[in-house]
Amino acid sequence: MNGHAIRAIYSFEMARTWRTLSQSIAGPVISTSLYFVVFGSAIGSRMTAIGGVSYAAFIIPGLTMLSLLNESISNASFGIYMPKFSGTIYEVLSAPISYLEIVLGYVGAAASKSIVLGTVILLTARVFVDYHIAHPFWMFAFLVLTAITFSLFGFIIGLWADGFQKLQLVPMLIVTPLTFLGGSFYSIKMLPPFWQHVTLFNPVVYLISGFRWSFYGASDVSVGVSMTMTLVFLALCLGVARWLLKSGYHLKA
Amino acid sequence: MQSSEHFPELQTVTSDSLGALVDSIISVKNLTKTYASGFQALKNVNLEIRRGEIFALLGPNGAGKTTLIGVVCGTVNPSSGAVLADGHDIIADYRAARSKIGLVPQELSTDMFETVWDTVCFSRGLFGKPKNSAHIEKVLRELSLWDKRASKIMTLSGGMKRRVLIAKALSHEPQILFLDEPTAGVDVDLRRDMWHMVRALRETGVTIILTTHYIEEAEQMADRIGVINKGEIVLVEEKSVLMEKLGKKELILQLESPLKVIPPSLAQYELALSKEGAQLTFTFHAARERAKMATLLHDLAELGIGFTDLQTRESSLEEIFVSLVRPQS
Repeated sequence: MNGHAIRAIYSFEMARTWRTLSQSIAGPVISTSLYFVVFGSAIGSRMTAIGGVSYAAFIIPGLTMLSLLNESISNASFGIYMPKFSGTIYEVLSAPISYLEIVLGYVGAAASKSIVLGTVILLTARVFVDYHIAHPFWMFAFLVLTAITFSLFGFIIGLWADGFQKLQLVPMLIVTPLTFLGGSFYSIKMLPPFWQHVTLFNPVVYLISGFRWSFYGASDVSVGVSMTMTLVFLALCLGVARWLLKSGYHLKA
Repeated sequence: MQSSEHFPELQTVTSDSLGALVDSIISVKNLTKTYASGFQALKNVNLEIRRGEIFALLGPNGAGKTTLIGVVCGTVNPSSGAVLADGHDIIADYRAARSKIGLVPQELSTDMFETVWDTVCFSRGLFGKPKNSAHIEKVLRELSLWDKRASKIMTLSGGMKRRVLIAKALSHEPQILFLDEPTAGVDVDLRRDMWHMVRALRETGVTIILTTHYIEEAEQMADRIGVINKGEIVLVEEKSVLMEKLGKKELILQLESPLKVIPPSLAQYELALSKEGAQLTFTFHAARERAKMATLLHDLAELGIGFTDLQTRESSLEEIFVSLVRPQS
């Protein structure tokens, strides 16, 4: 294991994060706070509680996930796309480093940043909304697993993208709709029965449901299923990332 | 093969004939590369690079120089064949192979927002070496980058960025250094600095493989020269031997009185008259026909043909190179 290389990539990526702190942390925190203000305090005050939880508190896990997903994807995809775009990827490709080590460096950094971001968002939310966390360990477990899984997913998008447009395409056209329709703002039990079934094909439902369970002890789908689906998606992303790197897809001629 | 047609005395040196005789640090065997587009960039390339030498790879644009370097360094997947770097297979044993190699790419690909110091330290870590500020300082000082260590790369000139790329490649103390067009777009002073640096590196035992368009560069620096054209190694030869074997020499005489025609008794010499008969040029092969110069001068004296001035000129590596890669007519 080339530990020095993993550390080098990880530190390099984290340095980029601190350098662009306003964009990478402050931006998402401010935009999520706006959601809390508008949907939580303003509109939420006119809405009934869901499962005994005030609407403002109900949307916190979903909104945190929304930011976590988007930021993990954009950060990890950008992290690997930029060296491809600028040409500096030659150095990583010519270094004595395995595919797994490349993933650990880039995805590890992107996931770390997302975990920091998720924590900051939750702390900020406390300013606006009074919420509690029933299962702190599981809350953290879902936070970390989601950050890793979607950073890995972003890494794959970064490998796949051959232009800035493609880099934006998946988050914009697939991930954001899936997050909004995945129960960020509502319980899927509020949907008509047909759509309740359709929505189970949306992987984000399981993430949000599991994460919300760790807060309030109630969920749309069982927490075991949520955890399993998260791990399945993680394994799937790992497999795809490994295959892409091994084949040199969009990296090596 | 073109070389044998133009210069029948030359034989392409293959890995088989050389590998057993010298200590190879890089051994390329039957290497081919066909890109997805169908373009065959390398056709059964065999090449041995000797430990500690400066090897210049010459060839026109699109000849396969960068592809060959890319395969050895791991940035291009080979289609078939094998490459050993210091005895390690570049695919099966890539960690050992790559840790020996430093690569300075042709393009000025840098992390614009990083400082010189950070980017060079990053490279060292990437190649699995623990932090060593003393070594990085030494590399930066040698490349005249020490004063710029805290500067962001985006603020540096093109020549300085090239130095940064060299510093990155040297950060992990490689035994083999690939320089792909190291002095492209670099001014004369910096070019000479780099030549000096490359020679100094060789003194420390580093093997250097450089590709270049500047024949002067190869002529100045290389111990051996390989010519690649259309994906094939056309020849590999000691520079001095190449110059000697292929070099044409010209003897130019300014005649006392112009000649209308070349006397028939001089038919055995390859002679040409110019400047309305006032200049006589004798072209001969530098290595094989050296003695002919003396006999020509003797024969001229016998015929009473005097001259006021005498000049000799050797063909440059550039002319040799052009004659090797020129399309056959």
